Amino acid sequence: MIEFILNNKPVKTDLPNGSLLLDFVRYEQSLMGTKVGCREGDCGACTVLIGDLKNGQIDYKQVTSCLTPLGNANGKHVVTIEGLNMESLSPVQQFMVDESGSQCGFCTSGFVVSLTQFCLANATPSYTDAIASIDGNICRCTGYKPIERAAKHITDSLSDKNHNETLDWLIAEKFIPSYFNQIPDMLNALPKEKSDFQNGMVVGGGTDLYVQRHDQLIDQNVDLISNATDLKFIEIENGSCKIGAGTTATNLMESNIFMSAFPQLKSHLKLVASSPIRNVATIGGNFVNASPIGDLTVFFLALDSQITLTQNKGNRIIYLKDFYKGYKDLDKSPDEIISTISFKLPTQDSYFNFEKVSKRIHLDIASVNTAIQLSVADNEISKAHLSAGGVGPTPKYLGETSAFLNGEKLSSQNIKSANDLLQGEISPISDVRGSANYKRLLLRQLFYAHFITLFPDQFSLNSFK
Amino acid sequence: MKNIDSKGHVTGKSIYLDDISIIKGTRFGVVFDSPIAHGTITSVDYSKALALPGVVTILTHEDIPGGNQIGGIIPDEPLFASTEVHFVGQPIALIIAESDQIAFKARKRIEIEISKKSVIVNPREAKQNDQLIFPPRTFELGDMKNSWKDCAHIFEGQADSNGQEHLYIETQGAYAIPMENGHIRISSSTQGPTSVQKTTANILGIGMNKIEVDVVRLGGGFGGKEDQATPWAVMAALGVFILNSPVKVVLSRLDDMRMTGKRHPYSSDYKIGLSNDLKIMAYETTFHQNAGASADLSPAVLERTLFHGTNSYFIPNVKMTAYSCKTNLPPNTAFRGFGGPQGMFVIESALSHAAEELGISKHELQKNNLLKNGDEFPYGQIADGVELNSIWQNMESKFHIETVEKEIQKFNSNHSNVKKGFSLMPISFGISFTKTPMNQARALVHIYTDGSVGVSTGAVEMGQGVNTKMLQIAAQTFSIDPKHIKLESTNTTRVANTSPSAASATADLNGKALEKACNALMKRLKSCAANHLNVSLVDVTLKNGLIYTNGNKTDLTWDQLVTMAFLKRICLTENGHYATPTIHFDMKKEKGHPFSYHVYGLALTEVTLDCVRGTYDFDAVKIVHDFGKTMNPSVDFGQIEGGLIQGMGWMTMEDLRYNDQGQLLSNTLSTYKIPDIYSVPKDVIIEPLETEGNEMAILKSKAVGEPPLMYGIGAYFAIENAVRAFNPNFNSTFDAPFTHEKVLMGLYGSIDFE
Repeated sequence: MIEFILNNKPVKTDLPNGSLLLDFVRYEQSLMGTKVGCREGDCGACTVLIGDLKNGQIDYKQVTSCLTPLGNANGKHVVTIEGLNMESLSPVQQFMVDESGSQCGFCTSGFVVSLTQFCLANATPSYTDAIASIDGNICRCTGYKPIERAAKHITDSLSDKNHNETLDWLIAEKFIPSYFNQIPDMLNALPKEKSDFQNGMVVGGGTDLYVQRHDQLIDQNVDLISNATDLKFIEIENGSCKIGAGTTATNLMESNIFMSAFPQLKSHLKLVASSPIRNVATIGGNFVNASPIGDLTVFFLALDSQITLTQNKGNRIIYLKDFYKGYKDLDKSPDEIISTISFKLPTQDSYFNFEKVSKRIHLDIASVNTAIQLSVADNEISKAHLSAGGVGPTPKYLGETSAFLNGEKLSSQNIKSANDLLQGEISPISDVRGSANYKRLLLRQLFYAHFITLFPDQFSLNSFK
Repeated sequence: MKNIDSKGHVTGKSIYLDDISIIKGTRFGVVFDSPIAHGTITSVDYSKALALPGVVTILTHEDIPGGNQIGGIIPDEPLFASTEVHFVGQPIALIIAESDQIAFKARKRIEIEISKKSVIVNPREAKQNDQLIFPPRTFELGDMKNSWKDCAHIFEGQADSNGQEHLYIETQGAYAIPMENGHIRISSSTQGPTSVQKTTANILGIGMNKIEVDVVRLGGGFGGKEDQATPWAVMAALGVFILNSPVKVVLSRLDDMRMTGKRHPYSSDYKIGLSNDLKIMAYETTFHQNAGASADLSPAVLERTLFHGTNSYFIPNVKMTAYSCKTNLPPNTAFRGFGGPQGMFVIESALSHAAEELGISKHELQKNNLLKNGDEFPYGQIADGVELNSIWQNMESKFHIETVEKEIQKFNSNHSNVKKGFSLMPISFGISFTKTPMNQARALVHIYTDGSVGVSTGAVEMGQGVNTKMLQIAAQTFSIDPKHIKLESTNTTRVANTSPSAASATADLNGKALEKACNALMKRLKSCAANHLNVSLVDVTLKNGLIYTNGNKTDLTWDQLVTMAFLKRICLTENGHYATPTIHFDMKKEKGHPFSYHVYGLALTEVTLDCVRGTYDFDAVKIVHDFGKTMNPSVDFGQIEGGLIQGMGWMTMEDLRYNDQGQLLSNTLSTYKIPDIYSVPKDVIIEPLETEGNEMAILKSKAVGEPPLMYGIGAYFAIENAVRAFNPNFNSTFDAPFTHEKVLMGLYGSIDFE
């Protein structure tokens, strides 16, 4: 039995936990404001909010309900567009009307829901964050300019927001209906039982599995692990960072520990998927999916990460770079799951960069992505870790190139020589994301981009002519 | 006035096809389509699919009582393939089940064997093999043969533009329900309700009067639902005909992308000749249109390519020949611009080529050849009301073309990792259906006895705001509060024999019909008031719901007058009919006056190229646009912004890919990317040109749906300009879209890493 609060009322269902939240709200609950656009998390027409009670407060995140297993709503507050409607329009809705942010209207409820998440977020409201909240919403009619204007007005209207009493302030200002402040009690009143299935189909965020195996998953019970708290943590121990495999990309961005270790994290992860996907996609899921262009995988490969594989018999620890044996072929038995990821934290003299180019810069799968970690002192590289995706059957740790750079001077000649080596380590193929030759050229450029970005006073494009 | 639907949209209450309440007993249809691009079906075994519990039936060509034919212009396309298949995604059968999930499962159980035939995906290859949809067409002006010898400079080349997926966020769909006496009511997400009605009647072998088609609104159309919404509606109706229970067919995104046609890819050759003083003296071009496997709307699209082949320029000697090439792709179809953008891309490529070779700025060449009043288009129409020169002057005075150019040059000489580029893109877009008989429309207006008004027209609301404009027209003509007026759904039983909502002409045609209907009713009401008040008709006016005589307010209100008129048995219903005057076109001579007017404009596009990564960001697009006298700035500006971005998508990231076996590779939203919020230019500035407006346009407010898409072509040439700033040896091949891949290859050339 799955029980949650849908808008202002509790609902329960004995549908399989692997069925989709989208189909439940539309076709079981007849809440037709949530639209079916693509069923692969790429358009945002089906966006809803999921609120999670933490320390007496509810943390609301936007998700694409087309990729959300119904079981992941268990014990949560699910908000559809209908749950945001009041007698009069909310400021979000009103500004969308005033600025003509809606033409055909099919994508509009998704935009309104995402922008309301921006209002609900605890952070100090900024226009950048307002736009980031709708980075997973696609509109084919307006060209976004009116939506940008609406987002600007919404941001301005939040300038007096009370950060201690956010919910009350939003209710008083009619951003959200008043029932929102009863939700914590309603959530507490839900039964605390944990549904536990062990049928072998382990689903984390589901953002890739539901695209690839939609038909297999939607009518069965699966082993949902994204609510498992023992898989969701970020901690530091003796200069090492340990992350639970169920940690989401958003969790990383919200972690002070992680943000201080990677000051550029926001701009790096902005290139990875979209807000609604980052809100649920897990790091462990990205690793196990084994896509040759997995962004987070490439990110953690350059940190020379280790992973812990757990099963009933116990744990074993391996390097992430040894996890991949071939295309979608993993050093993992079927009953093992990744439980933690660990790596040494960057130090004073270490530099980290992530690069990605795709057909569309945001919310797209990479043509090529790459990450680098360098330890540099006195213009000498003491340690280098380089990774790249989209250039072979697996996400690649470029061992030879990394080894070559160790102990070398930081010079354009050495970097160019390293590129020659790098080209020998990769084997890109031509596909819909680019020709093999393009991918080679692109990786060369992104490799140079690492140095141009990390050492702007030392390198420019001219350094590599 | 804001779009009247917007409150429904922001609250999620607006109803689309898939939101219609389901009647008990409704069955769900999923289309079984060809996995092979060309071949002969040797066997199909449905038995395992039929055996699946919940499967009701599977309909094939054998179940069609009428003619198995859905071709609109040329009858060359079956609803269901019988023996031959001509593209991947061609419908073969409709699986009808108790749920769409069951139907999808059943589809996997169908076993088909097809004996493969050779596959053609390239239009030039099709032409070489004489695979043409219809004979080629040629537009000619002046003396082509003798014109080249007068040219000081002649340049030849090739310019290709790729297709474009419509990507309406609402996929195709229809819901048909049985009525009494074998009649069928179809709710359809279509731009062309009459086309659905007519084709359904033909397939079922019954009269059009037995089919009712109703459209509330579309979740985007862009041309993709002009002709290609029809098959799914027909299939649903066929299901109703056979089963006598409601049948709903809504395509999944994957099915929609695979089965439906796109904007036509074109591969073209050009030859352009210029005089010493840089006048274009001669232009010869051959268009190869990739029509796909059947005609669909290709003949009309091809024609518009020819109409817009010289874009905004006057050229005295022109020969343009266009071939509609039959390939094994889904039949390509209407898409905002309708062949016009493809024609304009070629001449803009030719001008870029010439400017580059001559070492001059392209915009000088463009400005030097702008069309003016009295010039003859290659199709014989004499240009009138041309605004291009004043638009260009406005652009110079407001946005300072020379300064932009100089600042970009300065920026580029100071930066090595990034380069900027810019372009100017003028447009001249003809308004009217080029098939003259389609330029007619009707509107039905009821005034109810309480004074409230219901308006039906043939216009389909798909986000373009046409219903808002219709409501404005009725409110303005009656001079009553808009809240008393309701826009009804588009329904073939209320307004019959409609043209599709297309060609940017929907508001003009339906608006003029509506205006006539409202005026006729006003005349009756005024006459009633004049009798009652004992004054002459000319002394009566209505304003803001009140009746005035000789400018003096009376006690009579709109509501009272309406009630009075009813009691006096005056007809409170009117049907307005409008047919565009003046226009004509003779296809034998390829000459005539096909357009009621043209829409003009100019876009200045500025881009910054990241030369390290081969990516780009658009800094600004500045537009001077000829709205005429806009009747609704928020709707019209929205069309400019939206059309621009859609055109920019076509020219930049939207990378439609088929393999040589006709399989769509860019078949999902994860592999086919349209602009997101981060891809759009930082600034889009729209400057309306001050004009008197055009009498042929509704309330002098010019059509605005398609023209702005072509501003997006400027994106291609701005990128080209920036690539050349980095790599002076860049050998432009004019091959849109300008993807990140093409940029990087353009910056660095092809490097052999092996």
